[in-house]
Amino acid sequence: MVADTSDEAVAAAKELQKQTGTGWWVVKAQIHAGGRGKGGGVKLAKTLDKVKEKAGAIIGMQLITPQTGPQGKKVNKVLIAQDVYYPGPNKTAEFYMSVLLNRQTGRNIIMYSTEGGMDIEEVAAHTPEKIFKEEVDPKVGLQGFQTRKIAFNLGLSGNAFKEMTKFVAALYAAYINSDSSMFEINPVLKTSDDKIIAVDAKVNLDDNALFRHADYAAMRDKTEEDPTEVEASEHDLNYVKLDGNVGCMVNGAGLAMATMDIIKLAGGEPANFLDVGGTANAARVEKAFRIILKDPNVKAILVNIFGGIVRCDRVAQGIVDAYKSIGEIPVPIIVRLQGTNADEAKKIIDQSGLKVFSAILLKEAADLVAKVIK
Amino acid sequence: MSVLVNKNSKIIVQGFTGTEGTFHATQMIEYGTNVVGGVTPGKGGSKHLDRPVFNTVADAVKQTGADVSIVFVPPAFAGDAIMEAAEAGIKLVVAITEGIPTKDMIQVREYLRDKNTRLIGPNCPGVITAGECKVGIMPGFVFKAGKIGIVSKSGTLTYEAADQVVKAGAGISTAIGIGGDPIIATTTQEAVELFMNDPDTEAIVMIGEIGGSLEAEAARWIKQNGTKPVVGFIAGQTAPPGRRMGHAGAIIGGADDTAAAKMKIMRECGITVVESPAVIGETIVEVLKKVVA
Repeated sequence: MVADTSDEAVAAAKELQKQTGTGWWVVKAQIHAGGRGKGGGVKLAKTLDKVKEKAGAIIGMQLITPQTGPQGKKVNKVLIAQDVYYPGPNKTAEFYMSVLLNRQTGRNIIMYSTEGGMDIEEVAAHTPEKIFKEEVDPKVGLQGFQTRKIAFNLGLSGNAFKEMTKFVAALYAAYINSDSSMFEINPVLKTSDDKIIAVDAKVNLDDNALFRHADYAAMRDKTEEDPTEVEASEHDLNYVKLDGNVGCMVNGAGLAMATMDIIKLAGGEPANFLDVGGTANAARVEKAFRIILKDPNVKAILVNIFGGIVRCDRVAQGIVDAYKSIGEIPVPIIVRLQGTNADEAKKIIDQSGLKVFSAILLKEAADLVAKVIK
Repeated sequence: MSVLVNKNSKIIVQGFTGTEGTFHATQMIEYGTNVVGGVTPGKGGSKHLDRPVFNTVADAVKQTGADVSIVFVPPAFAGDAIMEAAEAGIKLVVAITEGIPTKDMIQVREYLRDKNTRLIGPNCPGVITAGECKVGIMPGFVFKAGKIGIVSKSGTLTYEAADQVVKAGAGISTAIGIGGDPIIATTTQEAVELFMNDPDTEAIVMIGEIGGSLEAEAARWIKQNGTKPVVGFIAGQTAPPGRRMGHAGAIIGGADDTAAAKMKIMRECGITVVESPAVIGETIVEVLKKVVA
């Protein structure tokens, strides 16, 4: 149960007690990053007073984990969960399990390990023999012998074995039916009474399949995302914010990454990834400029367009129009237009009277970047 | 000779009468590509761009003898379109469509396993044999005929590389855009193999990006079997881990799929790796000179 305030957290804890009889609760920060326990975002509470206290402390905190970066992420919600590590007839055990695409074979695999609750990359580095992989044949889907093999390899027997085979089958079905690109359950817990439970889960959805799942849009929590990235996506611009000082605007993802690399080689650091796509018209160029300029670290902007179907002279006119519409752009802009009508484009830029450096070759653009950031 | 397509290839367009299909089919025809017709279910029997429209790929193959298909069908139906082409006996399917769900592509790839069909893409700019045949969305004028083969995951970066090669005084035999999705059918290695076996290609430009292991696999194959010089570039040296860079497949998932790791393996396998995408053209020309001398 998810709570926005410490009072809601207590109410949730009471409800959970009614449903499950639990006397201990776990309060978990809800942010889009892993390693929350390490940053103090997961706490055990043994009384309702403690639930209130811990939830109060976690909500509103700036949680720093190995995945959030040094600035951390603000916690707006907590999850109140039953404490599943309760005592019982048998010992508890933790496992690791994920479902993902094996890009080499083009098939899904279930990856699992007896080493649950740990960083799986560490396990892979030090004890690779403890990681197992089970590939699923897409013609027939996951089979019973495969779920049994997994449960045996995890060293289970009796009721826990049966529960695990059911767990694996249900997990794989959920992965397929949700059009996910990655499930990671770490840990998968065998409780002291031999139930199998997912204690923590990370799910990546396949963006390309969202059209089949209209309900997912309602679950999107934009407060967890960079506001500029959200704004860019609403305008169909593919923007990823980075930490550098040179912004860039490029058509095509591969060329955009290559342009970031050029900036670095010229002595700068890329401030963003931005693919304006195939239709770099004035309106999109203006929006892209406005988005890049929201980042106060940006000291220069490199526009790199390879005109194919898109004509460079039109893009150049778009840049001039956008520039005039925005008014004063406080940082130097380097425009590199190559391809269809590149020479006309350079003329338009050069004659516009704008404080814009223009280039045709990628090399010239790189040299200009180095010059302006000195 | 060149690879995959030439002036004798007979091409049909799937999604012929749509906006994208119409625009790019027109461009392909202007380039001199032998477009023999197209497929739009429900519009069979009509004419579009002076060419016949068919309801099914099977009809189109029967009537025109087409052996190549280019797919502009929207993502939700593109997987289906690719399988229809394979079923109809099309030898080469070029899937331009961006945004096909991975689950659909898993099925498509499985379906193609026992078919005699090569798929390029999806989410790719297509294939062009300079001066002969353009089956894609690339600006044709950039690709002047010559002896350099290009294989790349990216669209505009392919044009950039081709432009540099031409400006450096060489030309292109065939350029293959293999696509930027997590599942693409023709791999970097397969494209490199085609060029190694092509008498009209003397050297290869291999352009990759972060994510996956296609470039490393190709590099290892080249080390064992390569007979022609290869110049390589990996885009995304500055990309942060865990973030998707535009292409669905361009995400660093572990230590092995960073640009640095890929470039290291490529160097170890004898590929001339450039750090700057601005020097691809001059480097391949230099490399070629050394071979000749």
